[in-house]
Amino acid sequence: MNLHDFLYGVYPYIALSIFILGSILRFDREQYTWKSDSSQLLSKAGLRLGSNLFHVGIIAVFFGHAVGLLTPHHFFLSLGVSDMTHQMVAIWAGSIFGGLGLLGGAILWHRRMLNKRISVTSRGTDKFILSWLLVTLLLGLSTIPVSLGHAHEGNPGVMIALAEWAQSIVHLRPNPALLENVDTVFKVHLFFGMTVFLVFPFTRLVHVWSAPVGYLGRPYQVVRSKRHFN
Amino acid sequence: MKVRAQFAFVFNLDKCIGCHTCSVTCKNVWTNRKGVEYAWFNNVESKPGIGYPKNWENQEQWNGGWVLKDGKLELKSGGRVNKLLNIFGNPDLPEIDDYYEPFTYNYARLQNAPLSEATPTARPISQITGESMEKIKWGPNWEDDLAGEFSKRSKDKNLENIQKEIYGQFEHTFHMYLPRICNHCLNAACVAACPSGSIYKREEDGIVLVDQDKCRGWRMCVSSCPYKKVFYNWESGKAEKCIGCYPRVESGMPTVCSESCVGRIRYNGIMLYDADRIEELASTTNEQDLYEAQRRIFLDPNDPEVIAAARAEGINEDWIEAARKSPIWKMAMDWKIAFPMHPEFRTLPMVWYVPPLSPVQSQIDQGNLPVGPDGAIPIAGTMRLPVQYLANLLTAGKTEPIESALNRLIAMRSYQRSVHVEGVADTRAIDAAGITEDQAKEMYRYLAIANYEDRFVIPTGHTEESLDDAYGFQGQNGFTFGNDSSAGISKITLFPRRRKETVEPKALAPSGD
Repeated sequence: MNLHDFLYGVYPYIALSIFILGSILRFDREQYTWKSDSSQLLSKAGLRLGSNLFHVGIIAVFFGHAVGLLTPHHFFLSLGVSDMTHQMVAIWAGSIFGGLGLLGGAILWHRRMLNKRISVTSRGTDKFILSWLLVTLLLGLSTIPVSLGHAHEGNPGVMIALAEWAQSIVHLRPNPALLENVDTVFKVHLFFGMTVFLVFPFTRLVHVWSAPVGYLGRPYQVVRSKRHFN
Repeated sequence: MKVRAQFAFVFNLDKCIGCHTCSVTCKNVWTNRKGVEYAWFNNVESKPGIGYPKNWENQEQWNGGWVLKDGKLELKSGGRVNKLLNIFGNPDLPEIDDYYEPFTYNYARLQNAPLSEATPTARPISQITGESMEKIKWGPNWEDDLAGEFSKRSKDKNLENIQKEIYGQFEHTFHMYLPRICNHCLNAACVAACPSGSIYKREEDGIVLVDQDKCRGWRMCVSSCPYKKVFYNWESGKAEKCIGCYPRVESGMPTVCSESCVGRIRYNGIMLYDADRIEELASTTNEQDLYEAQRRIFLDPNDPEVIAAARAEGINEDWIEAARKSPIWKMAMDWKIAFPMHPEFRTLPMVWYVPPLSPVQSQIDQGNLPVGPDGAIPIAGTMRLPVQYLANLLTAGKTEPIESALNRLIAMRSYQRSVHVEGVADTRAIDAAGITEDQAKEMYRYLAIANYEDRFVIPTGHTEESLDDAYGFQGQNGFTFGNDSSAGISKITLFPRRRKETVEPKALAPSGD
């Protein structure tokens, strides 16, 4: 097996296994560490702007990737979404939300590295994961000129190959050969992206699992009894 | 009627001497840890003053507590959707400097400095960055005993509808202490604001706790508590607050702050209340009626109907008995001399306060103070502390109940004075204040003598009825920081040792250097 087959045929499964098992283990055994780990108390400056931009950007980009990569090709076509429409939506949505995320991330990174209080109280993983996400984001944004080139040529081949590769991984029939003719910048971006899943359970990112949507349907007052289950 | 029991407090401000023993014992027991150096579950403020954190009473600034929106109770900071929209950055969160930057001193320097002409100094060191601090600019009790300029101190929200300029003059200045802990509210705003549902009220005793495992650090509780008594531990990333010393209370002991109180100002007891009426009474339209509304939520533990309903809810006989002997009931309900702090926040707080009288002796000697019929005890409305100020603090500005309480406190003194000094009981003052001789005697016993067993009427928790796995808790501390019994530091590891670590000092404290 060569490096390419390992990175795009085996590594995704290593990353996903650790992502899922690690999250479950940490939630079960170490819930005290399961938190957003906010540093807003120590410094408000730039936090709200940076954090809002970053989160909105990243969440939109995440769901954009999920829908764009994992929806079967024929399903898009049956909805009347042509390949070129798909490509242009991906380019524009990716640019806008990726840009927002990058701007927010840059504010947060600046704060985390240079604000004395934040920097000193940060864990190594806090600085690492923010930097890693920013590099991943930058790599993602630098695929856009390449994609625009493809769009100008009217060639959606790379986009379709990427989606089919992602689906081959999810269907447990990995097909790294699909990525052989894809531009290097996509491949590097993929590696960085997969690694985010790999390190996810070891960082503060676990708070993503705990998005508190249940709050919307909860009564305000919470009462617990030791005598009976509520 | 849904009867619940609440572990409640009364603080008798008339006797608070501002010694901070409560704060120090509490800090040593509960918040002497990394990440909560700045947090004082119990603090004592000098009033008038802006307090800790700065201006906490000003909800135009902090948006804490509840408001009525179209007659319905809603969090002032906004409802559920609003909370989720602001989850990436809480617009109302105080910054550490609103409390103060926690500091220690480089004490070792005093011992290991080389020989020099000048005395070595211990410079302050930030407990966040570990760096030396040029100058300490604020602290948890910066305004101690009216320190600082009047112009700053007079930002106190309670001075708002008062002609405050006059109190800036030395001759007219006034001062009182305000010890504060979590109010363990019946309609807690922190509980309501928690997106993860990790803050809860205990059904058995009403103590409000943060589930340390379930807290995700969204920080909405910190800003929604109008008393600013939920703190964010910046090391663990979790919310922490006064736990009502529940491991002690469950064993029938008073809280640490209450037990250690030098002035014997703190009372712990049980109150029965009707949980079905929380929303209705907290939604009382006129803010000035909220004090009376909260009195209506309490249930008379001598009423056979209430007792039957309490038994039906599974409340044990010893708890009903404790409610009958509750010092809180006597002061809040019988004598009407205790009041909730800032009822207008609509959280139905359960730490009540007896308003302070003012030191009067020299004023009376100089003939500056009008006195009552006994010729020795002053009239409430004429004393140094403006009644309106106390009313702004305790009854949303309504002066009548405060004046009545002050009159009763004074009348009790007048009566006792007549008995002990004149040798003849003079009941003119207590008759005017509307209390009987028996009540005056009992008030004297509870307020002046304040015996331990009168101050603290605490039934033990019924561990035998608990679903907790008592065997699993073996060898633990009863109070933990999640993960059952970790040392409070949240190292990230997937394979920690479980139920092994205990919170015991691992190394001796350094001796000097």
